[in-house]
Amino acid sequence: MNYEILNNVKDVVVALLYLTSAIFFILGIKNLAKPKTAPRGNLLGASGMLIAVLTAFIDFGFVINVQAELIESRFDYWYIIVIALVLGAGVGLTSALGVKMTGMPQMVAVFNGLGGGASLLVAGVFYVLAIGGAEVLETPALVATALSGSIGAITFSGSFIAYGKLQGLAIVPDKPVTFPGDLAVKGLLLVGLIVLSGVLVVSADAAHWYWLIVAGGLVLGVLLVIGIGGADMPVVISLLNSYSGLAAASTGFVLGNIVLIIAGSLVGASGIILTSIMCKAMNRSLTNVLFGGFGGTPTSKTQDDIYEGKVTATSADEVAMILDSAQRVVIVPGYGMAVARAATPVRQLTEALEARGVDVVFGVHPVAGRMPGHMNVLLAEENIPYEKLLDLDSVNPSFPHTDVAIVLGANDVVNPLAREKDSEIAGMPILDVDKARTCVVIKRSLSPGFAGIPNPLFANDNTLMYFGDGKKAVEDLVKAYKEL
Amino acid sequence: MTIIYLITIFAMSVFLGFELITKVPATLHTPLMSGSNAISGITIVGAIGVLLTGLAVADVGIVPFLLGGVALFFATINVVGGFVVSHRMLSKFRGRRS
Repeated sequence: MNYEILNNVKDVVVALLYLTSAIFFILGIKNLAKPKTAPRGNLLGASGMLIAVLTAFIDFGFVINVQAELIESRFDYWYIIVIALVLGAGVGLTSALGVKMTGMPQMVAVFNGLGGGASLLVAGVFYVLAIGGAEVLETPALVATALSGSIGAITFSGSFIAYGKLQGLAIVPDKPVTFPGDLAVKGLLLVGLIVLSGVLVVSADAAHWYWLIVAGGLVLGVLLVIGIGGADMPVVISLLNSYSGLAAASTGFVLGNIVLIIAGSLVGASGIILTSIMCKAMNRSLTNVLFGGFGGTPTSKTQDDIYEGKVTATSADEVAMILDSAQRVVIVPGYGMAVARAATPVRQLTEALEARGVDVVFGVHPVAGRMPGHMNVLLAEENIPYEKLLDLDSVNPSFPHTDVAIVLGANDVVNPLAREKDSEIAGMPILDVDKARTCVVIKRSLSPGFAGIPNPLFANDNTLMYFGDGKKAVEDLVKAYKEL
Repeated sequence: MTIIYLITIFAMSVFLGFELITKVPATLHTPLMSGSNAISGITIVGAIGVLLTGLAVADVGIVPFLLGGVALFFATINVVGGFVVSHRMLSKFRGRRS
C-alpha cells in the first residue's frame, strides 16, 4: 500500500465531507427562512452537523504516518469524548424537550452562551497544546485565538446574565443596572482586551495572557448585558446569537478548519440581520440599545394630565357586547400575554369569534416579547395558523376598517406618542390600534411600559380600558361572549 | 492553508448569510435563531479535534483535555438542544387548517 497516496486520498475525502456539511448548513439556513420549508431546513442543518462530527473523527482520529508506513489512531482520550458526548446529548435533549414555550427566550440565551463557551475553550486548549508542543503559531492564528477568547467569553457571560433577566432571577434585575462611570469602565475593559490581545500575539507562548483575556471578556459580557433592560432583550439575544457564530468562525481560523469558518460566519451574519431588524423596529441605533441604559425610570411628569378624567374603564360583558356586533377583530399581543400565560384563552376567544363568522387576525410587532418572534411561537403552540399573524406593514392599513382592536399586555408598541417628534420613542413604528373603531386595552393598571412614558392611547375617546390579569380577563371575556 | 484563503471563505460566507436571511418573515425569527444557534455549535468539530490530536503534540498533563471535554460537553448541549428545540417549535407552526 502506498501511504503517500492514501494520505492524499484521506485529505481530499475529509475536505469533501466538510464541504458537504457546509452545503447542508447553507441549504438548512435557506430553508429555515420560509414557513413551509423550515422543518426541512432544521433537519438539513442537523444532518450537516452529523456529517461534520463523523468527519472530525476521521480527520483527527486517524493519522497516516507516511514515513513509518502505518495508520496511527489517536483515541487515547476516548473516555473523555464519550462522557462529554453522552452527557451533553442527555442534557441538551432533556432541556429541549422539557422547556415550556414561554421559557424559550431563556433556553435560546443559554444555548448561545454554551456555544460561545465551547469556542473559547477550544481555542484556549489548542493554544496551550501548541505551546506545549513548542509549535509556534503564526500571527493570524494568534489574532484569531485572542478573538475567540474575547468574543467567546463575552457571549458566555452575557448570555447567562440575559438568562437571569429573562428567567426573573432575583440577583439579576430586569431593569438596566447602571453605576457612575460604567461607560468608562466598559471602555477601559475593551481597550484592555485589545492591549492584551496585542501582547498575546507578540509574546506567542504564554497561556496566562489568554486566560486573562478570557477573564476580561467574562467581566465585559456581564457589564454589557446587565446595563440593558428586559424589553431590549430581543436585540441582546440576536446580538449574542451573532457573537456565538463569530466565536465559532474565529476558532475556525485558529484551527484552519473551513467548516467552522463557513458555519460560524453564516450564523454571525444571520444574527446581525436579526439584530438590525430589532433595532429598526424600535427606531433606535445598536449603540443606543447597548449603552443607552434605556427604560426602567418612569417619568410620570405628564401622566396625570393625560389620564385625568379621560380614561374609560370597561367590563367583560361590555366588551363581549361590542365584539358581538363586530365583523373584524385584530388582537395585538405583547409581553404581558406571555407573563400572564394568556395564550390559551386568547385561542379560545379566537375560536369563539370565528365560530360566529368574525374575521380575527393578530398584529404582531417585531419587538413584542423578549426575543425575536416570541409571540409567534406562543400563538403557534395554540395552533393558530401563521397566516393569521400579521406584521406591521400588513396589519396597519387594515385598522381603519377594523371594528375592535384588542391590545393584550402590550404598551409601548401601540403608543401614539411615537408619532410625535419630541417623545422618547419618536419614530418607532407602532401598531395603529387607535385607528380601529373601538380599541380595548387589557392591562393590570395604567402603569407605563418599558419606555417609562405614559400612553395617550389609554385616554382616547374610542379606547376602553379593561383592567385585570390578562389570563383571567380573557377567560371572563370568552365566557361573557359565549353567553350572549 | 494560507490566511488569505481562509479570509476569502469567511467574507463569502458572511455575504451568503446576509443573502439567505434577508426578508425572513417575523413569524420564523425564533426558530431561525435557535436553528442557526445549533449550527454555531459547529465548534464541536474543534472540540473533537483538540481532544484527538492533543496527545501526539506534547506531554501537557490531563488538564487541557479536561477543558477540551468541557468544550465538547457545552458544544454537544448547544447542538443537540438547539436542533431539538427548533424541531419542537417548527412542528407547531402550521398553515391554515384545511
